[in-house]
Order: sequence, then C-alpha cells, then structure tokens
Amino acid sequence: MFDRRLIENFDWGFLIVILLICSAGLVILYSAVSAGYDGQGLHYLFKKQGMWMGAGFIIMMSALVIDFRELDKLNLLIYAICVGFLVAIYLFGQVGGGARRWLVIGFVRIQPSELMKIALVISLASVYSTSACQEGLGFRNLIKPAILCLIPFGLIVNQPDLGTGLLLLLIAGSITVFVKVEKKVFFTLTALGLSIVPLVWFVGLKAYQKDRILTFLDPDRDPLGAGYHIIQSKIAIGSGMLTGKGFLKGTQNALSFLPEQHTDFILSVLAEEWGLVGCSLLLILYFILLLWGLNIAYSCRNMFGSILAFGITAMIFWQIFINIGMVMGLMPVVGVPLPLVSYGGSSVVTNMVGFGILLNISMRKFTTN
Amino acid sequence: MSGLNKNPDREWIKQRIMLASICIVMVFALLLLRLVYLQLIKGEEYRRLSETNCVRLKSIKSSRGVIYDRNHALLVDNRPAFDLNIVLEDAHPVEETVERLAALIDVSKQELMESIKKEGDAAFYKPVTLKRDISRDQLAVVEAHKFDLPGIHIDIEPTRHYIHEKTAAHLLGYLGQINRNELESDRYPNVRSGDSIGRYGIEKSFEPFLQGKRGGRQVEVDVNGRVIKVLKTVEPLSGNDLHLALDLELQKAAEQLLIGNDGAVVAIDPSNGDVLVMASTPSFDQNDFIGGISNKKWKALMADPGNPMTNKAIQAEYPPASTYKILTALAALEEKTIDRFTTSFCPGYYTFGKRRYQCWNKHGHGEINVVDAIAQSCDVFFYQAGEKTGVDALAQYAMGSGFGRSTQIKLDHEKRGLIPTSSWKKKRYKEAWQAGETLSISIGQGFNLVTPLQMAVFIAAVGNGGTLYRPRIVTSIAESNGNVVKSIEPEITGGLPASKETLELLQKGLLKVVHGERGTARRIQVKGVNIAGKTGTAQVFSRKAGEKFDNEKLIRTLRDHAWFVCYAPAEAPTIAISVIIEHGEHGSSTAAPIASALIQKYLKLDPPMEPALGTSIETQ
Repeated sequence: MFDRRLIENFDWGFLIVILLICSAGLVILYSAVSAGYDGQGLHYLFKKQGMWMGAGFIIMMSALVIDFRELDKLNLLIYAICVGFLVAIYLFGQVGGGARRWLVIGFVRIQPSELMKIALVISLASVYSTSACQEGLGFRNLIKPAILCLIPFGLIVNQPDLGTGLLLLLIAGSITVFVKVEKKVFFTLTALGLSIVPLVWFVGLKAYQKDRILTFLDPDRDPLGAGYHIIQSKIAIGSGMLTGKGFLKGTQNALSFLPEQHTDFILSVLAEEWGLVGCSLLLILYFILLLWGLNIAYSCRNMFGSILAFGITAMIFWQIFINIGMVMGLMPVVGVPLPLVSYGGSSVVTNMVGFGILLNISMRKFTTN
Repeated sequence: MSGLNKNPDREWIKQRIMLASICIVMVFALLLLRLVYLQLIKGEEYRRLSETNCVRLKSIKSSRGVIYDRNHALLVDNRPAFDLNIVLEDAHPVEETVERLAALIDVSKQELMESIKKEGDAAFYKPVTLKRDISRDQLAVVEAHKFDLPGIHIDIEPTRHYIHEKTAAHLLGYLGQINRNELESDRYPNVRSGDSIGRYGIEKSFEPFLQGKRGGRQVEVDVNGRVIKVLKTVEPLSGNDLHLALDLELQKAAEQLLIGNDGAVVAIDPSNGDVLVMASTPSFDQNDFIGGISNKKWKALMADPGNPMTNKAIQAEYPPASTYKILTALAALEEKTIDRFTTSFCPGYYTFGKRRYQCWNKHGHGEINVVDAIAQSCDVFFYQAGEKTGVDALAQYAMGSGFGRSTQIKLDHEKRGLIPTSSWKKKRYKEAWQAGETLSISIGQGFNLVTPLQMAVFIAAVGNGGTLYRPRIVTSIAESNGNVVKSIEPEITGGLPASKETLELLQKGLLKVVHGERGTARRIQVKGVNIAGKTGTAQVFSRKAGEKFDNEKLIRTLRDHAWFVCYAPAEAPTIAISVIIEHGEHGSSTAAPIASALIQKYLKLDPPMEPALGTSIETQ
C-alpha cells in the first residue's frame, strides 16, 4: 500500500536528529533519577520513560501511514474530541498537585491539555490554509481562529494550568503571525495583549501564580520555595562550567537540591554533569530540529501542510525556549517540560505525534493537491 | 496568492520562513549567551558554592494552638520533644554511624535502619527522623558524642501535650499523622508528611485554626552537615488558641463520679448553651496517640467492651425512658388532649386491647394529675396521655424540641437519635403502626433513641423558658498574644413548641420530682438550692408483664440504663445536666446523685455532699 516514492522521500536525517535527542534525554534522565537510588536494576521512572519513548516511536511511525491531508478533513473531529477530553476532566478528572489535569482511560493516565496543542495546530492550519492571502489576514478572518483558541484556553486555565494555557496562546499567535496579518491587525492585537496584562494580574492570576512571578523578579521573596529552586538551579548549571563534573558526578543533582530534577528542571542535571559542552550540543540538536521543521514547512507544496509543519515546529520551539529560560533564571517558574528529555508520558507522546506529522509532511512534500 | 490557496506562493513562504528562522537564531543565541554567562563567567563562583557551601533548607514546625477552659486553665499545650534525625549524605558510612548511635541510646539498630528504609526514595540531604521524642538521658549521651556521630542531629519539635490525662479526652480529641491521601488533597496546604493533624474531637473540628503555618531556614552547612550560618529565616506562625466553655474542675468532678461506670455526663449553661461538662467513660489517654499509637494499645482500646473510643455524650443513642415523659406531657398539654386538671386513675396497670401495660408501681398511684404524674413518674397517666395524643403528634413535638436531629455541636460523628412516626415504621419495617407501640413510646421505651447531649439541651430549654441553644464548646479563638480572632456567640436553634403555661406545669412537676413528698428523686435534695429534674430507667431488654426478676442476679449487661436530667436553681437555672449510667439500674439511685453533686460543686454550696450511691428507693 506504500508508494515506493514515499519511502524514497523518507526524511532519514530528521529521524536521526529525533533519535539523537531521545538518546540524550534518556542518558540525562538516567543520571537524574539515579541520585540517591540504591534499588535493584534500573529506576522505575527510567524504565517507564523508555517505555513511553517506545510507544511514542510506534505512534510516530504509524502517523506516517495516513496522508497528512486527511487531517485537514478530520480537523474539526479531532478538535472536538480533544475539547471533549478537557470537559471530561471536570467530570472525572484526577487531581494532582492542586489541579485537575489527568484523565484515566483504562490503565493509561493522559493529560488532554497536551494533546490539545496538536489538535489546535491542525485546526488552525486548516482554517488558515483557506483564508491566507497576500495582504495578510483581516479582523474578520480571525474570528474563527480566536474561538478555536479561546475554548481550550479557558478550559485549561481553569484546571488551573496557566503555563499550558499560555503555551497554547503562544503557539496560536505564532501561527497567525506566520500566515501574516494586516499591519493594523498586528498592532491592535499587540496593544490589546499589553492592555490585558494588568487585568490578568489583578483578576486572572491566583495568589500563588503572582507569587511565582514576583519571586522570579526577586528570588529572596520566597527563600523556601520557588526562590530556592531558582537559586539552586543556577548553582547547578553554573557549577558545570565548561566540561561539567562528569556523568553521574553532579553534586547538586545527587543531593536532590532540585525539586523537579527529572521533569521540569532536568536541564540543570545536564548542565552540571556535562558542562557548557554538553548543553551546547543539546542546544545544537534542538536548533537543527527546529530549522529542519521550518525546512519541511518551506518545501511543502501544500498550504495546509506548510502551516501545519510550521505550527508543530512552533509548538516544539516554545517548549524549549520556556523550559530552558526558566531553568536558567530568565523566566518565571512555569511547568513546561523540555521536549524528549523531561520525564513524562503525555509530553513524550504528544511531541512524537508532532514529529510523526512532520515526517509525514516531509515524505509527501511533492504531492501538491 | 489568492487563487493559489492550496499551494503556497514561493516568495511568500520564503519570506515567512526566513522571518521564523531569524527568530530561532536569535533565541538560541540568547540561550547560549546565558549559558556562557552562568557556566564560564560565573562558573567558578557557582562551582565553589556547589562544593564548599552547602545551602540547605530546614523546616521549622509551627506550634499548634493551645486550649484553655472557661476559667483560663490550660487543658492542652505543647512541650518540647527531642527528635533524632539523620542526614544520610553527611552520615557516611551510614551503617556504622547508626550502629554506634544504637549502642549509645540502647535501641536496636534494626529499629533505626527501619525508619531510614521507610523513607525509601527520600532525598539524601533531607533529614530522616530516626526516633521521635527521645528521653533526656538519651539526649545527653548523643550530645556528648556528637562528634562521633556525623550527620546525626537533634531537633527540638513542639509536641502536643494533654495536661490532664484522660480528662475530657473525647471532647478535646487527639492527633494522628497525616496520610498520603490527605496530603495529596488540597485541604492541608501547610502540612508536610510526618506531621500530625486533628483526628477526633475539638482537635479535628478546629484543625484549621489550631494548625498554624510552617516556617523554615536556608542554612549553610559544613561537610559534616552542621549548620555554619543561617542565611534566611521565615518564622513559623503559631496556630490560634481556643477558649472553651468547658469547666475543668467540674469536668474532673464528673469524671471522678463516673468512675467504675460506663456512661456519660453533659452539663450545659441553660442561658447560652455553653458546654460546661462533657464526660464519657471509660476514657483514653490522648498522649498515647502522639507520634502514632502503638498497635497493642489500639487493639486494647478497640477490644474494651466499654467502648472507650466512643464519646457517649453524642455518639451513643439510648432509649430515653421516663425522662421522655416530660416530652409526652408537653405534647399532650399543647395538643389539649389533657390539661392541668385531667386525672387518670392508676391501679398499677393499664389494660389496652388484650394486653396489660404495667406501671412501675404495682400498687398504683390512684387518681393522679399531670404534675404529680411527672413527680411520681406514673406510667399509666402517660400511657393514656400518649394514646390520646397519637404517635405522629408526639413525634412532631419531639422534633420541635430538638430530638431526632443534630444539636449542631461542632463535633464530628454526632448521632441524631430516632423519633419514630407511623410513616417511618411503614418505610422501615413495611408494617403498620400498632396503637400499643404508642403507649411504649409515651414512656420513652419504644423505638425512640436520644443522645445524652440532646437530653441536656432539651432539659435546659425547659428550664430557661423554652429556648433551644446550639451547644457551644468554643467561646473564642485567639492569637497567641491574646488578640481575639473570632468570638463565637451563643446561637439559638429554635424554641420548644410549648406555651408559657405548659412550661410552668412541666417545671412544677420536675421540681416535685426532687422536692415533692413522693418525688422519685427526693433523696438527692440539697440544702440551699431547688433542683428540678426527672429520673429514668431504660430497659435494655423487655420483661414480660408481671414477670419478676431479681435484679441482683441479672447479668450486668442486661441491667437497665439509669438516666437523670435536671436543672438548677429551679427558679433561674444556671446549669442543666444530663446523666446516663449504662446498666446503672435506677435513675434515682445511680444517676441522680452524680447530678446533685455536680450542682453543689458548680453553685459552690457548702459542704459538698458525698453522692449517696447504693440503696435504691423507687424506680423509674
């Protein structure tokens, strides 16, 4: 059933970059969970992550079978299912860390807000692929995308998970700017966004969220909580220096100074043990990954495919930027995982699905319509 | 590119992709620069910080609010306890250090290693508690050898201390360690694993006030884990103190009087619902629960037939027996099925249908009106009054008087009792109500069940002119410096469904119970105060009419429960009491003397009379 041409066009390079990042991720995770662990064999978190990556790989490869243009037709169905999941959370969701984020289906615990990112990218690509024009989008073209975006945003922020909600807005915003908007639309939206900030601050943010932002500006405000994490994270990264302390030799890591060393703060483990050299290598891998994604968007001869490829690349980009910025103290602490490196099944699977779609587009870039 | 919708215009896409690439390049340049700054420029400094100066967090436990009685006597406070902690990272080699420690304080090494294992995945730098609350001797030895014991710390933790062992244990409650589910819920934001929270009684109901907020310190430690310098401190916030309505001295007296019996005493102030006494025996020692009760002790408590873990004042339901006649009289007077002049003739029994219902006095009371029927507890009078009034009317008045529902006391596990109606029976047993059952409930002996607290609230309302108060256990909540955070005002939950005339008749009858010539409790008379009350003897199993039992030979658990409810001074009551003695046989001989002794103590009447127990006179 596979066209020979599809296999010939398969993007081996991109797959290799993904696999390299996955391997790096596992090595770093191994170090992160091994600290203070003296049990038999491999740590269960490491095994679980390995299993998630395996599952993600299978899902990624199966995403190649169906032509990506099918997604264009199915976009509303996919969107509706994901929104349905988000609503289901309110009814049957599991509480974790003060927020309702998880949905249990059978024996799998999924985080629908992660899947929502992909669904939103697909829907927006579908809408914009018909409405994009040389002059840029006008206000009227933005009504539908705005609705598509705000429904899941509202549901996710209410969980409450402000981080993922904002990530959704950033991804949607990037795609919108990418397809180009009229100048006046651009400036109006920017002004609107800026004027909402004080409103959000006084009405929208919960006390702990405000605390995090204030703590970012002044780490001494909360010496026992987030402030401590930021300081410890910076010490861990800085102490790695040029070449690092060596694999499994990180002292900050071993002493578990960092609260989320296997999830959100995992970069500090890499930085401490492999130094600037290791960090730069990972950054370069990510850099190649993103530019490759853009190249796929560029070479695709199909409008929907181009926007979709860009959207997924933007999704990966923002996660990388926010996570690394946070760990290095450039940004407030928000719970965004580092793609393919941080521990977490939903994140791994979502990103793998994204890469699967990119590979899919890349494979079929010459099919126009 | 309009018209080319499905295929992107090459120029357009080139421009957009370039723009995106520039953004990515810039962001990565920024991230790389930041890395260079942290790892190269500031690298030396951070490396030194990570190696030489170990910055750690130490949590400071907040001290739980203390509890006072109404006269500002301390009931519960906190004492310093010395906990032995270990920081694994500093204690190298762990095994050897623990072995040395075990030898010093004479504890098995296994026990200590067990505590470390239990923490499992716990981080290396976090202190693990090896043993809580070590003795002064152990403390001295550890302090003396502290340089041989790297990584071992002694931390002083405030620990709950119940000053008066076993006193008011059920009311005050106890603490227990928080479990995983509770930690994961959002209800206890300030509580950490290993902390204790209120599990029962006031400790539980007022947990949010008592708890306080943890503080902590960022400290710099040396290679042995000893603190060199405190960097930053966030002071803990103490919990709020509670001021109870409880009268400690009276509570102790009540518990003293209950010794040897299973039962409960509740005393409340009829003018505001203050709970002056809430005693339940047998009791337990709350101090046993601190840091987790031992399995053996818990099993012993659970196996005790006297149910020490049950607060009998609110969690035990009893048939109200003759004390319920007050309610039957109230309902009948209000329903006008009787009035002050109505009399019944009591020959010692009442024939209803084919059955003969006995009066406790087999010689009969003769011609008797409502006041004397209360005073002498004549069953026949109330059989007839109840029969005329009917089960559903009786139930309506009972519920209006606070029975069959919560008194709204701020304690968990309160039982509501049971007030039967004809529809209730149909639903419950799928059977029609039998008229004979109305006779039984009229003298408080049928399906009806009440708690001692409900009885106390009711008798207080009879005494104070008809106001039902919500039992108030805490009168104010204050910060440790005395600033009142919240004062809890008396709260009226309703009024007795009775006119002034009805209440006056009831009060007259109740006064005659103690002060009348033939009153059932006349032997508890006390000089200097008029007591109004009612005795009751609740049958635990029913005896057939005319059948005779030698009570002395009855096994204890089949003996009747003894009730006494009262208020004093009768003219303007300041205390209302409800006493139940399980298997105490007669209200007049076992329950009433306790109430009378408490009244003397509370009203400071001299000389306090010893309660005369033993010889019984009239029953019921």
